[in-house]
Amino acid sequence: MLTPMTPQEFKFLAHAVKSCTGMTLKEDQEELLHSRLKRVLKEYQLDSVSALCGAIARSDGESLKWRLAECVAVQETYFFRDKSVFECFEERVLPSLLEARQTSRRLRIWCAGCSTGQEPYAIAMALAEKGDLLQGWEIEILATDFSEEALLFAQKGVYSQFQVQRGLPVTLLLKYFKRVADGWEIVPEIRERVRFRHQNLMHNSMRHGVFDVIFCRNVLIYFDEPTKRQVLSRLSQQIQPDGYLLLGATESVLGLSDRFAPLAAPCPGVFQPISAENRDRTMLPATGAGTGSQGSSSHGDGRDSPAMAAAGR
Amino acid sequence: MKHCLVVDDSPVIRKVACRILEDMKFQASEAENGQEALDQCRVSMPDAVLLDWNMPVMDGIAFLVALRREPGGDRPKVIFCTTENDVDHITRAISAGANEYIMKPFDRDIIEAKFHEVGLI
Repeated sequence: MLTPMTPQEFKFLAHAVKSCTGMTLKEDQEELLHSRLKRVLKEYQLDSVSALCGAIARSDGESLKWRLAECVAVQETYFFRDKSVFECFEERVLPSLLEARQTSRRLRIWCAGCSTGQEPYAIAMALAEKGDLLQGWEIEILATDFSEEALLFAQKGVYSQFQVQRGLPVTLLLKYFKRVADGWEIVPEIRERVRFRHQNLMHNSMRHGVFDVIFCRNVLIYFDEPTKRQVLSRLSQQIQPDGYLLLGATESVLGLSDRFAPLAAPCPGVFQPISAENRDRTMLPATGAGTGSQGSSSHGDGRDSPAMAAAGR
Repeated sequence: MKHCLVVDDSPVIRKVACRILEDMKFQASEAENGQEALDQCRVSMPDAVLLDWNMPVMDGIAFLVALRREPGGDRPKVIFCTTENDVDHITRAISAGANEYIMKPFDRDIIEAKFHEVGLI
């Protein structure tokens, strides 16, 4: 049986995890950390938490530190998580971008922090369901995660009976999965639409380019405020001025970034960039048409654009 | 309060399912086979039916076909809940008018997800 951690050991290991992934472990998460250590200790044939700390502290302890971070990372995800966000993606985000990209007929979507792949595959299925509407469009779905283990799982595309029953309508299960010995395998038609790559959100991700839509859902919740700010700042540099950032339904940029503003209800968790010029304008006193509050203005087509609201009409 | 009829020949499964449904603020009632369920539906049509496949007297698929022919029988959302987990069974269920399909074993998360999917919550 694994001996309990001392407060010093918890602090040391929590710091090690944060230095790799940005994930902040609070003191009440000691049990979570403790429960995940067994696997790492077994893999590295270590017999105690103290031995693990010692091994990480050594100069060659870097890979062990990463493995620890990987095991501690929460892989909680499921197909079509937060239906309201997906509805907004299909009913607001997609139509707006299809209209705006009519000439290039190209869309780039980034699923940042994709874990075991349910979200990018859900996006691919949602797009496949559009049928002829997207005929002739080149739509790239990039899915990234810091965990190599999660990416391998995602690329394999085989999900357990439990996993395919959380959020996935049975009609889509029948259409886009085939029964295999160890679960349900996503069909090549969907798997080939998603490109999986390793990316730690703590690091520069500019090599992936700029995107029309970034899904970064239920990822920021694991970070402390300075890390959330850093990540949002990076994401703001990789999103088109008229692009969309989709966070978890209960997540917000409020108090963390002045570069995004929320779409009006009923689109919880969906944001658009505010240009530098409009950020400055929102700092001015409200003296007329040149100013406005973020995301609270509506224009004639019935859609709300925070950038337009800030710029005035 | 919405009403869900749990149809399963296992008293344990019925008890577990009813407890989950009551936690989800549903009124739950039970039937141990398709015929008993059909009799209950003729008296009072539920909002939802959580339906096992293999049962004595009348199985799940026969019940579903009969239910959909009843006056008002198109109204209840029917969610199969069965150990049958192959594509053929799922396809047959959907073709016969099932709204969703749960492969046992199940837990509250799965029931909630499926009920949400069909608009019951």
